Amino acid sequence: MSGVSEGAAAIASPVTASSDRLSDEARVAAYRLMVLARAVDERCLSLQRQGRIGFYAPLAGQEAAQVGSATGMEPVDWVFPAYREMAVALYRGVPLARVFHQLIGNALDVNKGRQMPNHFAFQAERFVSASSPIGTQISQAVGTAMAIQRRKDSIAAITYFGDGATSSNDFHAGLNFAGVFRAPVIFFCQNNEWAISLPRERQTRSATLAEKAAAYGFPGVVVDGNDLDAVHEVVRAARLRAVAGEGPTLIEAQVYRFGPHSTSDDPRRYRSQEEVDAARKNDPILKLREKLSAGGLWTDDAEAALTSDVKAQVVAALEAAEKAPPLDPASIFDDVFATPSPRLESERAEWESLVREGVLKS
Amino acid sequence: MTELTLVQAINRGLHEAMRADPDVLVLGEDVGVNGGVFRATEGLYKEFGGDRVIDTPLSETGIIGTAIGMALYGLKPVAEIQFLDFIYPAYDQIVSELAKFRYRSGGQYPCHVVIRTPYGGGIKGGLYHSQSTEAYFCHTPGLKVVIPSTPADAKGLLLTAIHDPDPVMFLEPKRIYRSVTGEVPDGDTRVPFGKARLAREGGDVSLFAYGAMIPPTFEAAETLHADGIEAEVVDLRSLVPLDEAAVIASVEKTGRAVVVHEAPRFCGFGAEVGALLAEKAFYSLKAPIQRVTGFDTPFPYALENVYMPGAEKIAHAARTTVRAG
Repeated sequence: MSGVSEGAAAIASPVTASSDRLSDEARVAAYRLMVLARAVDERCLSLQRQGRIGFYAPLAGQEAAQVGSATGMEPVDWVFPAYREMAVALYRGVPLARVFHQLIGNALDVNKGRQMPNHFAFQAERFVSASSPIGTQISQAVGTAMAIQRRKDSIAAITYFGDGATSSNDFHAGLNFAGVFRAPVIFFCQNNEWAISLPRERQTRSATLAEKAAAYGFPGVVVDGNDLDAVHEVVRAARLRAVAGEGPTLIEAQVYRFGPHSTSDDPRRYRSQEEVDAARKNDPILKLREKLSAGGLWTDDAEAALTSDVKAQVVAALEAAEKAPPLDPASIFDDVFATPSPRLESERAEWESLVREGVLKS
Repeated sequence: MTELTLVQAINRGLHEAMRADPDVLVLGEDVGVNGGVFRATEGLYKEFGGDRVIDTPLSETGIIGTAIGMALYGLKPVAEIQFLDFIYPAYDQIVSELAKFRYRSGGQYPCHVVIRTPYGGGIKGGLYHSQSTEAYFCHTPGLKVVIPSTPADAKGLLLTAIHDPDPVMFLEPKRIYRSVTGEVPDGDTRVPFGKARLAREGGDVSLFAYGAMIPPTFEAAETLHADGIEAEVVDLRSLVPLDEAAVIASVEKTGRAVVVHEAPRFCGFGAEVGALLAEKAFYSLKAPIQRVTGFDTPFPYALENVYMPGAEKIAHAARTTVRAG
C-alpha cells in the first residue's frame, strides 16, 4: 500500500479471520461452543439450587444469536454486553474456568467478586463490564465507537441488549447519538419475547423492534436468531458497514428465552408451558445440528463424544473454581479509586483493628 | 500570572489541556459553535474543531454514556452538563456506571471522565437553574467532587481533574463566574485534590465554606473583625476527598465551627463536616457547631434572596458560637 506508513497500515487492516459466510469448520466449532454454553447453563441452574452459586441468568435459546454475532465480529472489536452474554465471552476466548471464578466470586475472579454472577468484565477479550441497570451499556458502546472514529481505528463496537431495553433511556440516547455521529457500532438486540414477566407487546406498539432504527436514520434488520448462519451474515455485513464509515445498524435477533429470567424468577406465573414447548421446537442447537448432519458435517458418534467432552470441561472448570481460595476480605477497599483515599485507608485500618481485637471475624 | 475571571480561568484551563494532549476533548450541549451558554468553552471549537469540541444532541444520559465509552477507549473526555439541575437524566450513568466501573471490574476498566457543571443560586434562575446538590455526588463512592471559588483554583483544580485517573465532578459556582477576578498562574499549574485552602487566618472561630459561599463568608469575617472577632475562613474546595486534617486542625485552634453552604441543611455537606468534628475534635469544641445553609425547601424563584445564605447570617452564627463559650 503506497502512501501508508507501516504503523498506520497495521491499525487500518486488522487480521480478518471471519469471512462473510461461515466456513464448515467454523460452523462445527460454533456448534460445539453452543452445546458447551447450554451445558454450562443447565449445570449452573442446579448449582444455584444447591446453593453453590448465588444467582444465575440462563441464556438457553439464545446460543445461535450469541455465537453467530460473535463470529461476525473480530477479536479486535469491543463488546458491550448485558448480563446474559456468556457464550459471547466464551467465543472470544475467555477460559471456562474464568467464567466459573466469576460465578463463585473467588480470589481468581478477575472481577474480584464485586458483582453478582453473569456480570462479567474480561478486559483481555475486550468484553466490557456488564451491569444490572437496563440499557446503560448502549450509549457507552456508542461513545467507544466515537472514540474509535476519532482514533481512525478500523474496528467496531457491538452492544447487546434485550427487547425490554428498547424501552430504556439509553436505547434512545445511544441510537440517536450513533445516528447523528455515524458511529461504527452494532446494536444487537436479542428479542427473547420476555422482559421478566412482560411480553414484547408491553414494550412497544411497533411491529418490530428493528424498525425503530428508521427514526434514527440507519438500517434495522430482523434476523432469525435461531439460525447461526443468518445471524453471522447480518452481523458481518453490519460490521463491514461500520468499519467502512457508513454508520450503525440495529439488528433484532428473534429468539425465545427458554428458561426463567434468572434463578429468582418463576415464569409459570406469566406464560404457558405450551408456549415454551412450541418455542423449543425451534431450538437453535437442534436446528444447527440438523443442518450440520444433513451436510455430512456431524454424526451421532461426534455428538456422543461432544457430550462427554463438554461434561468433562464443565466438571473441570467448576472444580477449579470451587478449589480456588476465597477473596481476601481486605480487598473490599481496593479499586474504589486508583489510589485509596485517606478516608478509605482509615476505614481499612479501623476494620483491621476490629478483626485483630477479635470483635469481627475476618 | 494573568488576571482572569473564574469562567475565563476555566476557559484557559480547557485551552491549555487540549493543546497539551490530543486525547482531551469536550462534549455537551451548545459547547461548540456557541461556546457554551456561559461561554466557558468559547474559542475551543475554532481552535480544535468539531471532532474535539462536540456539540451533542440534547440528552444528558447520552452525553455521559458516550463520555464513559470514550474514556474506556483511552480518551479524556470533559463533559459539560449545562446546569447541575439538568444532570438527573444522566444520574444512572454517573452513579451506577461511571462511579462503579473501576470497582465492579476489579480494576480492569478505570473510567476517567470529568463532568463540568455550573451549580448554585443567586442568579434569578428559579427551581431549575439554581440548585446545589453536591451531596448527592459526595455520597457516591468512586466519585471525586471539587468546587473552586477563585480563578486560580478553577484552573488549577480543572487541570488536576483532567489528569486524575478517577471520575471527577467539577462543580462551577456560576454566581461568581464573572464577579470574582484574580491572578491565575500561567502554564500547567495544578491544585491538588484533598487540600483545603486557608483563605483567612483567625483564632476565634472557624468558618468552613466552598464555591459561591466564599465571598459572603469573607464579608462576614470582615464584619466580625470590626467587632474584634477573628474568624478563620477555610475554603474546603475539595469535598471528596475532603481535607479532614485541615478541618480538625482549624477547630483545634479556634474551638468554634460554622459550616456554610447554600444547599438545603438536612443531609447536606455540612452534616458531614459537623459529624467529623463531633468524632475527631469533640474535646476542642467550646460551643455547639452552627450550620448556615439554604432552607429545606425547593429553590424558590421570586424569593431567592430569602433563601440564599448571606454575610449577615454567617456573621450572626459566628457570634452565636463566640457567645456560647
